[in-house]
Amino acid sequence: MTVNTSLVNTVDLVLARKKIRREKRRLFFSTLGQNKAAVVGGIIILFYISLTFLAPILAPYDPYAINLQDKLQFPSWTHWMGTDDKGRDILSRILYGSRLSLGVGFSSVFFGAFFGIILGLVAGYYGKWVDTIISRSLDVMLAFPGILLALAIISALGPSLINVTIAVGVFSIPLFARIVRGSTMEIKQLEYIDAIRTLGANDFTIIFRHIFPNILSPIIVQGSLRLATAILSAAGLSFLGLGAQPPSPEWGAMLSSGRDFLFSAPYMAIFPGLMISVLVLGFNLFGDGLRDALDPRMKK
Amino acid sequence: MSKDLIEKKPLLQVIDLKQYFVLKKEAMFQTKQVVKAVDGINFDLYPGETLSIVGESGCGKSTTGRSILRLDEPTEGDVLFKGQSLPKMSKRELRNVRGNIQVIFQDPYASLNPRRTIRQMLDEAMAIQKVLPPNKREARMLELMQHVGLRPEYLERYPHEFSGGQRQRIGIARALAVNPEIIICDEAVSALDVSIRAQILNLLKKLQKEFDLTFLFISHDLSVVRHISDRVMVMYLGKVVEISDKSSLFDKPLHPYTKALLSAIPVTDQTKRGERIILKGDVPSPLSPPVGCRFHTRCPFATDLCRQKEPVLVELEKNHSVACHFAKELSS
Repeated sequence: MTVNTSLVNTVDLVLARKKIRREKRRLFFSTLGQNKAAVVGGIIILFYISLTFLAPILAPYDPYAINLQDKLQFPSWTHWMGTDDKGRDILSRILYGSRLSLGVGFSSVFFGAFFGIILGLVAGYYGKWVDTIISRSLDVMLAFPGILLALAIISALGPSLINVTIAVGVFSIPLFARIVRGSTMEIKQLEYIDAIRTLGANDFTIIFRHIFPNILSPIIVQGSLRLATAILSAAGLSFLGLGAQPPSPEWGAMLSSGRDFLFSAPYMAIFPGLMISVLVLGFNLFGDGLRDALDPRMKK
Repeated sequence: MSKDLIEKKPLLQVIDLKQYFVLKKEAMFQTKQVVKAVDGINFDLYPGETLSIVGESGCGKSTTGRSILRLDEPTEGDVLFKGQSLPKMSKRELRNVRGNIQVIFQDPYASLNPRRTIRQMLDEAMAIQKVLPPNKREARMLELMQHVGLRPEYLERYPHEFSGGQRQRIGIARALAVNPEIIICDEAVSALDVSIRAQILNLLKKLQKEFDLTFLFISHDLSVVRHISDRVMVMYLGKVVEISDKSSLFDKPLHPYTKALLSAIPVTDQTKRGERIILKGDVPSPLSPPVGCRFHTRCPFATDLCRQKEPVLVELEKNHSVACHFAKELSS
């Protein structure tokens, strides 16, 4: 092969590679796009994420500014969602609160997924007694009701938003570990894993470079569905007073303070509640759509 | 070819290899059930030859290949590669010699990682075994693609974009990438169409000559075995029943099981058609193999001796060994 043709080849090769990547991406998005529910879910999620960035621009008032003269005002043109019992603008608080709620959701799922994936990969790949120890411990964790486990962790660490994140994250570990373990065992016995072992690859390479990329789809799906639950649990814990503390505009905490005024000022509870419900709905719709797009076997 | 094999030193020696699998107990007080997939086999593999292992499914031929590669840890026995014992090596030592023995699998759809391009696969193979420095791998990859008959631009593609035959070529290229001495072909052409099967077989033969390869060819298909082998080993229920030069085995099989196998090959020439030997019954379960000769339950010539005493592998003619009490009588 002369230098000239090999150069031409290399250019062709790079172009071919780019084209293939584009094609794959197009296919994924078109499958996802055909699912209307998933599109709605995606739009909802994007809307919420944009709120977290745009909060300082969109918020008409300071979310913490107490103005007792304007307290408990009904929604109006000056206060679109009304004001709470301390005269703070509910819309501004909700906008800033989106950062807390989404932040807790994402970080707890990330926390749970990180440890869950490692445990699942190790248990599934090594099997035998390693698997027995890991799986049984996870079963013990799953046997606790989620909220109870979270309460135990928070009572040990003290109430705060970070501890809520840890508590919800810990509870997500076994869910991820289980899915990863099952998929790992399935992939492990395929011939291409034997082939790479025969080439002399070490366990680390096999697990992270060859098994992990092939089990990503179920992890992503589980992650997006888990986000909904995580946000809901975090809000729930804050509602119980275990998470975000009063001045903080976390939606669960706002809901909790609105509880006392349900009859006189229902808008104090309605708006944060609505925000949580719609966000959870968005993640659920999107997660289901993702599952269909990524995993054709789950299609009905 | 086989005459000078005797003087050569074997490249791979399999000594009394046993591979047992313990089944999971279903009830608490059940006795342990052991599948004796490979039960004490011996053979040598000489440099440059193609030794085929044939037998029905479940006879332990694929397990033999996997035990040699230590994909399953052998229960007992030894495998010597150039005098070094593979089962006794530490994992690290083993990784270093793995490049010498490669494998081509049966299922072209399961043997390639769907998330990796051909380039990534070949590059990784060379990187793991440190065959070449990164800047020289590109040229080597293009060369490999040429050797296995694939276009160089296919390097960027993913496995799902190829047909079965092309995938098998990729599998071959991946095995060749690390400059192996031995390639174990585990039913390597069984999943392919007849026309493509011939192409891949011819490719293997061509590569064998070019790279001085030694093949351990595992197959249930006797016409394929006849096409590619120098020597043939017949297995039945985890044991070797006959091992011989190809011509000697096909012309004058000594074991009744081999005779039955050979009579099952379809022939086009009606005048050459021999008597079809049809075996009765199924292969007995490897959980409880028959006592004595393992073939006695299905052998038309079985006697009391066969039911009691297990025959050993005896070299009856030059380079032709058989494990049957009555091989001599039956052959005359």
